[in-house]
Amino acid sequence: MSEPVPITINVNGRRRSAMVEARLLLVHYLRENLNLTGTHVGCDTSQCGACTVLLDGRSTKSCTVFAVLADGSEVQTIEGLADGDELHPLQDGFWEEHGLQCGYCTPGMIMSAANLLQENPSPSEDEIREGISGNLCRCTGYQHIVNAIQHAAERMAQS
Amino acid sequence: MTTVDGPVLPKLIGERVKRREDPRLIQGQATYVDDIKLPGMLHLAFKRSDIAHGIIQSIDTSAAEAMEGVELVITGAELAEHLGPMPIGTPFPAPDHYSVATDRVRYVGEPVAVVVAEDRYLARDAADAIEVEYEELPAVVDPEAAMEPGSTTLHEGFERNIAVESYWGGTGVNPETAQPEDDSAVDAAFAEADVVVTQRMLNQRLAPNAMEPRGVVAHYEPGREYLTVWSATQNPHILRTLVAALMGLGEHQVRAVAPEVGGGFGCKINIYGEEYAAAALSRLVKAPVKWIEDRTEAFLTTTHGRDLLGYIDLAAKSDGTITGLKARIIADIGAYEVLLTAMIPTLTGLMMNGVYRLPVVRHELTEVFTNKTPTDAYRGAGRPEGLYFLERAVDMLARELDMDPGEIRRKNFVPADEFPFATQGGLVYDSGNYEPCLDKALEVADWQGLLAERDAARAEGRIVGVGLAFYVEVCGLGPSAVVPTGGWEHSGVTVERGGKVTATTGASPHGQGNETTFAQMLADHFSIPLEDITILHGDTSVVKQGIGTFGSRSQAVGGAALISAAGKAGDKMKQFAAALMTDQEVSPEDLVFEDGRIQVEGAPEVSKTFAEVADFAYVPVPLPPGMEPGISEEAFFEPENNTYPFGCHISMVEMDRETGETKLLKLIAVDDCGNVINPLIVEGQVHGGLAQGIGQAMFEEVVYDEDGQPVTASFMDYVMPRAADLPTFELDRTVTTTPINPLGAKGVGEAGTIGSTPCVVNAAVDALSPFGVTHIEMPLRPERVWRLIQENGGQS
Ligand code: FES
Ligand code: FES
Repeated sequence: MSEPVPITINVNGRRRSAMVEARLLLVHYLRENLNLTGTHVGCDTSQCGACTVLLDGRSTKSCTVFAVLADGSEVQTIEGLADGDELHPLQDGFWEEHGLQCGYCTPGMIMSAANLLQENPSPSEDEIREGISGNLCRCTGYQHIVNAIQHAAERMAQS
Repeated sequence: MTTVDGPVLPKLIGERVKRREDPRLIQGQATYVDDIKLPGMLHLAFKRSDIAHGIIQSIDTSAAEAMEGVELVITGAELAEHLGPMPIGTPFPAPDHYSVATDRVRYVGEPVAVVVAEDRYLARDAADAIEVEYEELPAVVDPEAAMEPGSTTLHEGFERNIAVESYWGGTGVNPETAQPEDDSAVDAAFAEADVVVTQRMLNQRLAPNAMEPRGVVAHYEPGREYLTVWSATQNPHILRTLVAALMGLGEHQVRAVAPEVGGGFGCKINIYGEEYAAAALSRLVKAPVKWIEDRTEAFLTTTHGRDLLGYIDLAAKSDGTITGLKARIIADIGAYEVLLTAMIPTLTGLMMNGVYRLPVVRHELTEVFTNKTPTDAYRGAGRPEGLYFLERAVDMLARELDMDPGEIRRKNFVPADEFPFATQGGLVYDSGNYEPCLDKALEVADWQGLLAERDAARAEGRIVGVGLAFYVEVCGLGPSAVVPTGGWEHSGVTVERGGKVTATTGASPHGQGNETTFAQMLADHFSIPLEDITILHGDTSVVKQGIGTFGSRSQAVGGAALISAAGKAGDKMKQFAAALMTDQEVSPEDLVFEDGRIQVEGAPEVSKTFAEVADFAYVPVPLPPGMEPGISEEAFFEPENNTYPFGCHISMVEMDRETGETKLLKLIAVDDCGNVINPLIVEGQVHGGLAQGIGQAMFEEVVYDEDGQPVTASFMDYVMPRAADLPTFELDRTVTTTPINPLGAKGVGEAGTIGSTPCVVNAAVDALSPFGVTHIEMPLRPERVWRLIQENGGQS
C-alpha cells in the first residue's frame, strides 16, 4: 500500500482536506470520507453514470477519477445542487414529471442533465436523449426523464 | 345544503399525484444498503471461481490471512459447519446448494471462500491473494446437449442434467401426475388442420441489472441473541424467515430491513448465499459486516432471467381459426435451483393460452442444469417467454394465411361474455374484454396509416416493418395455494392522536411508489389530507407481517389488505365519533368521512373533526361500553384468484441495409390493468417495462462461450437500452375491472415487458419478409439482420 497523499477539494462550496490512499476513487472519497452518499456506484467499467458529479463544472464520472487527481478542484454533488431549501429546477422537474422510480440513477442523471443544460439551455428531445446516453436507468424507460429535463429547461429559461 | 368551514378535499384516487418518496431521492438523502455504516463494521469480499466446472483441490488462504487488517478468511467447506444448504421455495427436487461452494464449482463466479477485513479495498486485495486449485471438468453449456445420454452431469442424482420434466395441464394431461394420458384430441387437431406453423425459437438469457447492485449488512448481537439484516431485497419478510431458519434462530430473533432499494425486477426476490454468509460471519466475528456487490459480480452471480428454448406448433383452419397448440419447452436454468428457479418456467406453459379460445393445448417442459448462473424471476417471469412464443407463432400463422395480424387475433379472442374463462391449462381468467382494447390500439396507432407508411417506405427502397402483439398476463400473486411463501399480504392502519394516520404494508417497494398510491387510497378513505398520512414498509420490526413485492401484486393484494385494515380502523373511528355525539342520537352506521370530519351523511353540521375523534380514542372518558381505547387495526388479504390484465402493443421498425442496424420508430401500448390509482405512476411502470421488453427484442443477451466463460459480464458487452435507443412511447388504456379485489385493480408492473418483445420482433420479421425471412432470433443484432439481408443477395 502506498503512502497517504494530502488533498484539498472544494466540495459543494466547502474546502475539505484529507490524507488519502493514492488509489482511492473520488466516488469513494465522497461517499466514505465525506458521507455524501447521494452519489451512487452502479458499475465498475464507467458505463452507467450513477456516479456523475460536476468536477470544475463539467459532468464527470467520479468512479473514473482518483481522489488525488481532484486535488485543488471544485466538486459539486447532488447534495449541493439545491439552493438552500429551494430545489434546483432539475430536481423540481424530476419530481413534477415522475422522472424517477427507484431513484438509484437519479442523482447521476440530474448532474448529467445539469451539465447538458449549461451547454445547451433549450435542447430538443433528441439532444436530451443523446445528452443523457452516458447514464443508464433501468426503471423509467427514460421518457419521463426527458420530460423532466424539458420541464427544467423551460423553467430556467423563464427565470 | 348546509356547509361547514374548512377545506373541501379533492378525491385523489385516479389523480396524477406527485410521488411522496421523491424529495429524499432527488436530493441525495435516501439510504440504500451501501449508505449504512455501523460502528466497528467489517467488510466482506468473496473469492469466486474463474472456471465453469471443476472440483476444488486446494485453497491456500495463508497470504490473505497474513495481511494486516484481515480478520478472518474462511473457505466454503469451513463455512458449511455453520450454514447448511440453502432452502428453495418450490416443491421440486433440488440438489444441495451451499452459500459458498464446498467441494465443487459449477459456474463462473460461484464463491469458494470469504474474507472479512477492516475495509473494502483490503478485503478485495486479500480475496485476490487466495490461491485455489481445481481439477477442471467439461463445461455443460448447451441445454440440449446437456440432456443427451452420457453427457457430463452437474449433480449426482440428476441424470442427463434434468431437474424437472413435466406436462403442465393441457388437453389429455392428468393434472395430478402431470403426465399425458390421452393424445387423441391433440393428434386429431394437428391431423385435421388446414395449416400448421412450426418454429424453434429462443427466448434468450438476460441479466436483470437493477441499477443498484445487491448488498447486505448483517449485525448479530450475541448479548441479545438477535440478528439484524439490511438487504437490497424485494421481500424482507421472506428474508427473515429463511435467514432465521438457516441460522438456527426463530423469526422472533431476526429483524430484516429493506432500506431504499434501487430496483429489483425479480432478481432481488431470491435470498442469496452472500446474505446467509454475512449473517453467519457476523455471528462468527462478533461484529457487523457489510458486502456490496460490484457490477461484474452482478453479471456473474445475481440470478439471470428467461433462457427458454421453445419448439412451437400451431394448427389452424384456413380461415384463421386456431385449432391447436403444442409447445415443447426446454429451460436452461443454470447450475442450481434457487428460490423460485424451477417454478418460473411452469408459468410459461400456463400462460401460453394467451387471449385465445384454444380447443387443444399441450405443453411439455424440461428444465436442465448447465454450468451457468442460476435463473430466477426477471420482470414478467415466465409470462414474457410464453407470450413471445405464442404471439410469434400467431403472427407466423397470419403471414402464412395472408391475414391481418389484428384480425387473426380478433377471430380467436376469448369473447367478452365467456369470462370468467377457464383455460386448458387450468387457469381461470377473472375478467377480460379484448376487442375494445384491440380497436383502441389500432386506432391510436392508426394501423392502416402505418401500413401505408410502411408500403411507401418500401417503395423508396427502405426496410420497414410493423408488428402487433396481444398479451394477457397473470398478476396479483397469490393465492396462497400457488405461492410457496403464502400469497396473502398484510397491512396495518393506526389513527394517531391529532388525527394523523400511520399505515404499514408488507408489499415492500423498490421504485413502485407505494408510499404515494397507498396514501392516496387512505386519503380518500378517511377524507383527510395526503400530508397527514405516512406509509411505512420494508422493516420487519415495523411491518408485522408481509410477503413482498413481486408478480405485480402491490395494489391487487397489498392495496386490498390496506383497504381492509382501513375499513376496520374506520369502523372504530365511527364508533368513537358516535359516542361523542350521543346527544344527537347518532348511530355509527349513519356516519361518513367527509373533508376531515366524521359526519352524518348529508348533514355536515352533525359532525366531529377527524382529529377530535382520534384524540378521544386515546383518552376515552368515559370509555364507550364494549370498546377498547385506541385505533390500530390490521388485516391480512388472501386473494381468491389471480388477476389477468391484458393489452395490445404495436410497433414500427426500420433496418439499415448497409449496417443491419434496427431502429425502433414507434411503439404504441394500450394496456388494461383494471382500475388505476395513479395514472402517472402507471405510465412510469409501463414505460419502464416497455424499455426492458424492447431491450430483450433488440439489444440484450447473456452469452457464454463453449467453456462456460461469460462473455457479457459488463455494460461494455451487455447492451442495455439507453435513452437515444428508444422512441417516445404512445400509451393509452382501456379499463376492465376485476372482481377479485375491492379496488378492481389488476396490476401493471410487468405488462410493458410482455407485449413489447413479440411486437418488436413481429415488426422486424415484417420488415425482413420481402427477403423471404419468416423468423429472426433475438436480440436483433446488426450482424444477424445484415446476414439475413445478405443471404437474400441484399435484394428484396
Ligand atoms: S459507477 Fe461510475 S459510471 Fe458506473
Ligand atoms: S429510477 Fe431506477 S434506475 Fe433510474
